[in-house]
Amino acid sequence: MWLLQQADAVAAFPEIVLAVLTLALLMLGVFRKGDPSDMVTLGSLIALGIAGLLVIFWSGHQATAFHGALMVDTFAKVMKVLALFGSAAALVLSVSFMKRDGSQRFEYPILILLATLGMMLMISANNLIALYMGLELQSLSLYVLAAINRDSARASEAGLKYFVLGALSSGMLLYGASLVYGFTGTTEFPGIAAYLTSNGADLGAIFGLVFVIAGLAFKISAVPFHMWTPDVYEGAPTPVTAFFAAAPKVAAVALITRTMMVAFGAIQPAWGQIIIFISIASMALGAFAAIGQSNIKRLLAYSSIANMGYALVGLATGTQEGVQGVVVYMIIYMIMALGSFACILAMRRKGCMVEEIGDLAGLSRNHKGLAFVFSMLMFSMAGIPPLAGFFAKYFVFLAAVKAGLYALAVIGVVTSVVGAYYYLRIVKIMYFDEPKAAFEPMDGEVKLIAYASGAFTVAFVLPWIASPVIAVAAAAAKSFY
Amino acid sequence: MNWPILSVITFLPLLGVLFILTVRGDDEVALKNVRWATLWTTLFTFVLSLSIWYFFDFNASGFQFVEEHSWLGPAATYKLGVDGISMPFVILTTFLMPICILASWHVTKRVKEYMIAFLVLETLMTGVFCSLDIVLFYLFFEAGLIPMFLIIGIWGGPRRVYASFKFFLYTLLGSVLMLIAIVYMYWTSGTTDITQLLANPGFTPEAQKWLWLAFFASFAVKMPMWPVHTWLPDAHVEAPTAGSVILAAILLKMGGYGFLRFSLPMFPDASVYFQDFVFFLSAVAIIYTSLVALMQEDMKKLIAYSSVAHMGFVTMGIFALNRQGIDGAMFQMISHGLVSGALFLCVGVVYDRMHTREIAAYGGLVDNMPLYACIFMVFTMANAGLPGTSGFIGEFLSLMGAFKATAWVAFFATTGVILSAAYALWLYRRVVFGKLTKPALMRLPDVTPRELATLLPLVILTIFFGAYPAPILNIFGPAVEGIIRPLNEAAAAAHLLATAALQ
Repeated sequence: MWLLQQADAVAAFPEIVLAVLTLALLMLGVFRKGDPSDMVTLGSLIALGIAGLLVIFWSGHQATAFHGALMVDTFAKVMKVLALFGSAAALVLSVSFMKRDGSQRFEYPILILLATLGMMLMISANNLIALYMGLELQSLSLYVLAAINRDSARASEAGLKYFVLGALSSGMLLYGASLVYGFTGTTEFPGIAAYLTSNGADLGAIFGLVFVIAGLAFKISAVPFHMWTPDVYEGAPTPVTAFFAAAPKVAAVALITRTMMVAFGAIQPAWGQIIIFISIASMALGAFAAIGQSNIKRLLAYSSIANMGYALVGLATGTQEGVQGVVVYMIIYMIMALGSFACILAMRRKGCMVEEIGDLAGLSRNHKGLAFVFSMLMFSMAGIPPLAGFFAKYFVFLAAVKAGLYALAVIGVVTSVVGAYYYLRIVKIMYFDEPKAAFEPMDGEVKLIAYASGAFTVAFVLPWIASPVIAVAAAAAKSFY
Repeated sequence: MNWPILSVITFLPLLGVLFILTVRGDDEVALKNVRWATLWTTLFTFVLSLSIWYFFDFNASGFQFVEEHSWLGPAATYKLGVDGISMPFVILTTFLMPICILASWHVTKRVKEYMIAFLVLETLMTGVFCSLDIVLFYLFFEAGLIPMFLIIGIWGGPRRVYASFKFFLYTLLGSVLMLIAIVYMYWTSGTTDITQLLANPGFTPEAQKWLWLAFFASFAVKMPMWPVHTWLPDAHVEAPTAGSVILAAILLKMGGYGFLRFSLPMFPDASVYFQDFVFFLSAVAIIYTSLVALMQEDMKKLIAYSSVAHMGFVTMGIFALNRQGIDGAMFQMISHGLVSGALFLCVGVVYDRMHTREIAAYGGLVDNMPLYACIFMVFTMANAGLPGTSGFIGEFLSLMGAFKATAWVAFFATTGVILSAAYALWLYRRVVFGKLTKPALMRLPDVTPRELATLLPLVILTIFFGAYPAPILNIFGPAVEGIIRPLNEAAAAAHLLATAALQ
């Protein structure tokens, strides 16, 4: 404790614990005889659980660590718990898959833990260096995870593509960060904010801001930095894709939100218009490009691009309601994404994964429960009430209209109708078409996550679920005000 | 009454869903249980809903049976209640549901899912009419798309996929603009409570125009008004019989209900401003779709186009913005709910026997199906607006209202009445009269007791309300008065402005 206080690391205790546990599990994996992967996986889940509890209960309302490098506020807590939950769920989803695939490795859970640690740093990052460090810790783990199935050419290609493009974007981010530092004279977010408040938006800082946004937009796969997403989603093993779609998105959105709101809050009009453009482009491209897809993972890749566009609608407003909308959106999106990928993991015939949308034909006859859950998730993604996805969109549009961004809101809802078309197509294939051969029975844990996600989506409308989620998001949004 | 009667009526069908989910197996006994359970659920809901009619205070213009609970914080509350405008629709919904279930007695494909879809749909439709919170209204309004999409897509005809997509996307596109308007109204007025919005709308005339247009986009598609009506014939043709009944009798009424609940009272200035625009669309709808109906080869398509024409009377009546017009539109909606529903049931009767809806495949049915011919005639006459049937009252009142507002639109609409007689009678002649020559028709049995049970209540009500419309007119009288008042003020203001500009 004394040591922690000396290092000003008290507030970072959950991260430190997670890092220590990760390294311990790594040692366990390396030095234990026999196949340690089961034990490491279990240990990783426990580590994530411990970290989650520490995040919730360790520090109070607001605290900083490492002399302001990390900020622990309600927003950070909410997003961290969400990211930890997403990581844990993705890890659970992968167990049976990896076992069956024979690609079980103890490095896999370790990499997920390291990525999660990176996410926690990203979410708390309160200066440009912490931002970059967290981002890279996460990204490097993700590059390896994408190619974890190293004997598969497709996975290796995905990993390589992700790495090359990711490195480029990191470079841009770093360039932008150095410009911002150069013109404002500090890397601390409050310092940058103070400089921008007193000096206004000077050209150099805006120049840096543009590069920072470009780098961050890559991480949340927003248009026009989205090109890697479909290839990586398709190429990576499905549980890894499930992981990519959930927790890292939460962390990256939290990061961009904090950077914009705290560091650049004073020049909101400057970044607001960039975010508006990125948001519109993501919603439109995600909606239109998904129409032609036949691979379900590629389709969900475009869907995630569109979803990021909707989340950015909230951010574009730069208001408290907007941040609340972003948080609600990410909570609901992450649970829907995990559920959707759990459903995809159930698409297995004769021991092989099938990934074509057409393979879902007539699912409602062979697997009634699965088809129902999947169709509810699709309707929810399309934003049809009374499902959870509607409320996610409702709250971001609520913020957009309050901020007077009518055009953005109208474009958003219209693209959501376009998007509804391809979600409906999946429902159509499952419910209207003649059945094909049945899938193999679902693994217990996959079923649990799929059904839990489906139940959340359907039951969100009830006040006992909706109210707490909204209240938590409102509390998180207050952190910036 | 202290207990939440409206919530019970709204969510009771879900109890039936729960029961159906517990039924195991797909054998005949299980399916029989499912059918009976659904029928009893809907019947019980209907009987229960009659209690709101019984306890309804006919002299009050405000909302009754109000219940309120917190839901999403300030951005939406759970608030239910009915007034004279929504109560008849609630009863209409619960009344038609058992009939629809009876009409689907011989559905054999995925019976459980079928019944679940209808029960969920009933909950959502009742919810639309009971909602006193604008977000809650939107929720029910949109959610109804899901079961209807599945009903058309799974149990529909050959082009069901096309029809279901068109239905879903068309209606969704209209509705999402309304969502933006709802959000705007929330920020401007600080509440989503319909009663407060009605009591004190307070939107500037400029904002009203945009809001009116956003709501119009939704309700015009739902209604449907020309030129956004094209989803309706497709959806009707492909939907199973009970789906068509629900679509024609209740889902279309949500558009008219929306105009009366939101557009007129909340945006009175805009309603006055757009009056001529709606008149124009209504007149086109009445004449154009009547002509199109004349040319149809498919029975369901003909009735679908006639529905569009009749809805033209409704929009015309509503935007006459006077007592007679709105009374007529309300009555027309109720009457059309009974009559068009019954017409689709009549088509269903012969479709179940012949598996074709081609008008040319029929002829001379009066010889071996006299009872059917008789029932069909009642509804054909009601469809044509013959005095003595409920169809007449609605058309007459809305024409009267329209004439009071603008003579020219009444002139065109009256032409539509003639055309409606033409297509209705011609359809009847081609199907029922003529020589019974086609061999397939010779052995058709007359209506069965089950079919009679679905049609007879509708026959009785059509004639009863045609002869004695007071029980319905009395329900919504005070509520309509409440709508008219701000409209008159708005019209006076607009007139004042116009005369001031002239001077």
